Amino acid sequence: MSFIQQHILEIIYLIGSVTFVLGLKMLSKPNTARRGNLIAAFGMTIAVVGTILFHKQDGEPIGNLAWIFGGIAVGTIIGTLMAKRVKMTAMPQMVSFFNGMGGACAALISMVEFDHYLALHGGASLMNGEILTMLAGLLIGSVSFSGSMIAYGKLEGKINDFIFPMQHIVNLLVFAATVGVGVWIMVAGVEASWPIYVMFAIALFYGVLFVMPIGGADMPVVISLLNSFTGIAAAFGGFLYNNPVMLTGGILVGSAGTILTILMCNAMNRSLTNVLIGAFSAKGGAGGGDTGDKTYREATATDVAIMCSYAQQVVIVPGYGLAVAQAQHTVHELEKVLTDKGVEVKYAVHPVAGRMPGHMNVLLAEADVPYDKLYEMEEINPSFPQTDVVLVIGANDVVNPAAENDPNSPIYGMPILKVTEAKQTIVLKRSMRVGYAGIDNELFYMPKTQMFFGDAKDSLQKLLEEVKAV
Amino acid sequence: MEAILDFIGTNMDMIYIVVLSIFLGVEVISNVPAILHTPLMSGANAIHGVVIIGSIIVMGHADTDNYLALILGFLAVVLGTLNVVGGFVVTDRMLEMFKKKDK
Repeated sequence: MSFIQQHILEIIYLIGSVTFVLGLKMLSKPNTARRGNLIAAFGMTIAVVGTILFHKQDGEPIGNLAWIFGGIAVGTIIGTLMAKRVKMTAMPQMVSFFNGMGGACAALISMVEFDHYLALHGGASLMNGEILTMLAGLLIGSVSFSGSMIAYGKLEGKINDFIFPMQHIVNLLVFAATVGVGVWIMVAGVEASWPIYVMFAIALFYGVLFVMPIGGADMPVVISLLNSFTGIAAAFGGFLYNNPVMLTGGILVGSAGTILTILMCNAMNRSLTNVLIGAFSAKGGAGGGDTGDKTYREATATDVAIMCSYAQQVVIVPGYGLAVAQAQHTVHELEKVLTDKGVEVKYAVHPVAGRMPGHMNVLLAEADVPYDKLYEMEEINPSFPQTDVVLVIGANDVVNPAAENDPNSPIYGMPILKVTEAKQTIVLKRSMRVGYAGIDNELFYMPKTQMFFGDAKDSLQKLLEEVKAV
Repeated sequence: MEAILDFIGTNMDMIYIVVLSIFLGVEVISNVPAILHTPLMSGANAIHGVVIIGSIIVMGHADTDNYLALILGFLAVVLGTLNVVGGFVVTDRMLEMFKKKDK
């Protein structure tokens, strides 16, 4: 009887693994993405239920069911509430938060298993593969957890970048210390479990140090990287339990996440090392402080409305400001009114506009903006010289010409939307404050540029009224 | 050292899965358009929540009088569930917005 259950569980795990592959595959195409997500969720559900029903450890079925169901119930309620309530603008930090939870889960498993192992085989040599996978899972899971929490805090604006001298060396030493404790645990064959808690603490500290110096604008890359870390930590769990579904799920995310991280870096024309070592943290000598002696021009809603209404082509550049103000519906409204007047309206979406790649697409899709009006950077850049008016809405660094012509700028080398080639540029912004990369933007002081201050939603609302009146 | 080599030897089939899954993961997402980067990351995030199975196994064989193991295991189950449920729900919410525009 029991080995029939064993086989049923193996088949369930096989189905689970296949749904993960299928889910990821479908998630990478727009028209199947949602179904892909549901298929993976289905696979996860049967894998969890199957484990509870059929898993046997040394012939013993899963015990402590009350604790398990309690934990699942608590997690489901909190998780659903958080995921349902979060605003679209806060999506990136939400993903980071959930990722951290997975990392912490992997680390906790390792600690409990280590303790359990000592209780069973106290005094035996610890130089073996099981201990190695536990320690590796602990290390990666903890770094992923504390790192994700810091990334979450940074995106929420609760934690600022923190840089101190010799930081890279300190980081390296802390990392070496973590690995050192791990090696010591195995070689010395400790008999108490406290060393693993020490290792946990140092690994957490390393995760904090790892993310701290990285600039806020690079957080998406970091989250994606930590995401693949958690995948690898889950895979170590799979090794530990000889559990194929944990292994395939973890490794798939580990490798897909790494590729995704590299794709994101490519979109910013930077290498991963450059992001991690931190070009942004190198305190770019450019910009900042000298805004006082430069002049900019301010436009009123009426001016902008007239310019847009008589233009042939208007390009809208959305940025994080649009997301914060929740102005996606208003901007779509404006686009429709202008289109009715015979103006050709396009959206130019920079790959890293907002706080995450694809962030703007999600937001504009929410407001029912048709796909075919969204243009990626390479598609739209050649058409800026024929563009009459560019509306930059709450975007800053992605249109900063310093990326092209100031080698000292921390964002030098990042491809940008070449809005300076357009005939007129209107920048909708709350104030003259710097963008997320913390640098001044030459664009604002150019003779072809006019500033239109205010909250993006209010400004667009006023603009909309004026355009209707023209 | 010998024990570790032995571990590798006895887990060779798992190692094959690892190697092949790495290539599969790369292939599966290599043609993803930029608009789907965020949902894909979020979906992948939910999938590594499979670590929850480990937490169930840990909980399943914890001694009923070992309170440290029970508490840590319980925490692991809660956090793992958060990862899975939160991850899938958030991804679904993001993708819901693309739904109407199937071409």
